[in-house]
Amino acid sequence: MLALLLRRLAFTIPLLLVVSFLIYALIVLVPGDPAVALAGQNPSPAQIAAVRAELGLDDPFLVQYWHWLSSALQGDLGVSLFSSESVTSAILARLPTTLSLAFVSLTMAAVLGIAVGTLAGLKPGTWIDRVATVSASFGVAMPYFWVGMILVLLLAINVPILPAVGYEPLGNGLWGWLSHLLIPASALAIAPAAVIARQTRAALVEVMSQDYIRTANAKGLPRFRVVAKHALKNSSVPVVTVFGIEANRLIGGTVVIEQLFALPGVGQLAYQSVFARDFPLVQGVLLATATMILLINLLVDVSYGYFNPRIRQA
Amino acid sequence: MTTMNPATTTVARPTLPGLRRFARRYAANRLALGATVVLGLIVLASVLAPVLAPYEPEQIDVLNRLAGPSPEHLLGTDSLGRDTLSRLLYAGRVSLAAAALAVVVATVIGVPLGLVAGYAGGWVDWLLGRVADVLMTFPAIVLAIALIAATGPGLTNAMIALGIVYAPRLFRVVRGSTLAIRQETYVEASISIGTPARSIMARHILPNALSPLLVQISLTLAAALLAEAALSLLGLGVVPPTPSWGNLLGRGFTEIRSTPLLVWFPGIAIALATISFNLIGDGLRDALGREVRKGD
Repeated sequence: MLALLLRRLAFTIPLLLVVSFLIYALIVLVPGDPAVALAGQNPSPAQIAAVRAELGLDDPFLVQYWHWLSSALQGDLGVSLFSSESVTSAILARLPTTLSLAFVSLTMAAVLGIAVGTLAGLKPGTWIDRVATVSASFGVAMPYFWVGMILVLLLAINVPILPAVGYEPLGNGLWGWLSHLLIPASALAIAPAAVIARQTRAALVEVMSQDYIRTANAKGLPRFRVVAKHALKNSSVPVVTVFGIEANRLIGGTVVIEQLFALPGVGQLAYQSVFARDFPLVQGVLLATATMILLINLLVDVSYGYFNPRIRQA
Repeated sequence: MTTMNPATTTVARPTLPGLRRFARRYAANRLALGATVVLGLIVLASVLAPVLAPYEPEQIDVLNRLAGPSPEHLLGTDSLGRDTLSRLLYAGRVSLAAAALAVVVATVIGVPLGLVAGYAGGWVDWLLGRVADVLMTFPAIVLAIALIAATGPGLTNAMIALGIVYAPRLFRVVRGSTLAIRQETYVEASISIGTPARSIMARHILPNALSPLLVQISLTLAAALLAEAALSLLGLGVVPPTPSWGNLLGRGFTEIRSTPLLVWFPGIAIALATISFNLIGDGLRDALGREVRKGD
């Protein structure tokens, strides 16, 4: 297990380095003189000089990158061009909101997806299976931001039981926190739930035809144990794989959903920094996002070892 | 297995019986067939927008602001009194063209590189594969807004950004097929008689890699349409007053309490189009897929 973790780390760290380089290199794409372009509307020479100094634009490119990377490794991602706030503290202040949103929404997706997929996979070819399969086909392609708006209309305006927008930290009470997250998290959960349901169904249909399931049935194990212990655990590798892919897509969705629902998270920060072309902030948020995604992928890879011991030796 | 006679080992081009079998299989998939009809109607309505739309998309009817459906305005009006139906039709042209443009950019980048990587192998393949890995580390929308941060908002920048974001998907599909097809006897034969690599890729490999590519293009169109809508919703894609389904939805959301219809219509248009592209992609995969073909 430890060997697996180390092997994956040996792959992840160089990848993160390359990613960090590309993030930094984005500034090359800014047309014209980046210091002028990024200093805001009608900048004074002093403002341009300040931007130039903050971004270190007078140094050779690789030197600039090295300064940025070595500070980043010490937790210093520079200072916002406009608010003079430290980029690291801006991200850290907003991380709990995004993690809450991602956690609630992935939990919903996993519970719903595995439940529907299991129902369909245990009775392939029945009407339950057909309804589940068709719903999944629609769910995968649903515009999540629109689903969120319609949920606001139904659950916050027509029948006002949930708040439409805004956020309440967990520290202020469980229900306040959860009630603000339910609509945006449901919107983000639809597509991953559909993908997880499809994957669970396919894997379960395959596993249920295996000899060891027949053996487990033949020796008189209760149906629930056969499904939960034998079938579902062995169907979980492909399901965990899509869980990782969907977590990636979901983090992309948080950018849109957080802005739409006024959730003060990293996604909203990403949007605001892009809109203001606040480059140190853009780079910091991108690096944080990439790190988060690579960590999720690492966890997914390592969890294979738990679900399928054969991978541990591979 | 009988002995292989080289003269009868035909190239697996889509032959006429093959096409007919594909058409039969595709038509048997009612979801995919329905999706094709729906998408056809949406495309037709968008193309014919100047003929079908009762008003100019920017025409303002001051007396009828935020109006409900009526004989004059079949789907009502927005906060400036502009006709929703007309704006929806014109927005369809922008949104569909934007998604198509993104997919064209992705195809132009991804397909040739996929062919080269799969055909050349070695360090070229390794390098291109790692570039694709890195690009796919980011969620599509995050990478797109990062590129927009550098180049500035607007339809063209947004679509080029999305094209770059989706290129690795097409790259991977084409590279995978190329790797498999490169092992086929007819490619070996063609190499041994000295056909240049470029014509082998164009004449033998690309035609045989088309099926999985088409499936992926259809699914990518759905993703691009969704991403364009999300970007325009946020004001990073199509910029008003040009209507797109995404910015209509974004504007509609600000009026959701008074005029919820402004959220329903563009949303339904986006949902119908993305679901159709997805169902068509699924239908193509099932009708062309090897797993299914085995049992036929």
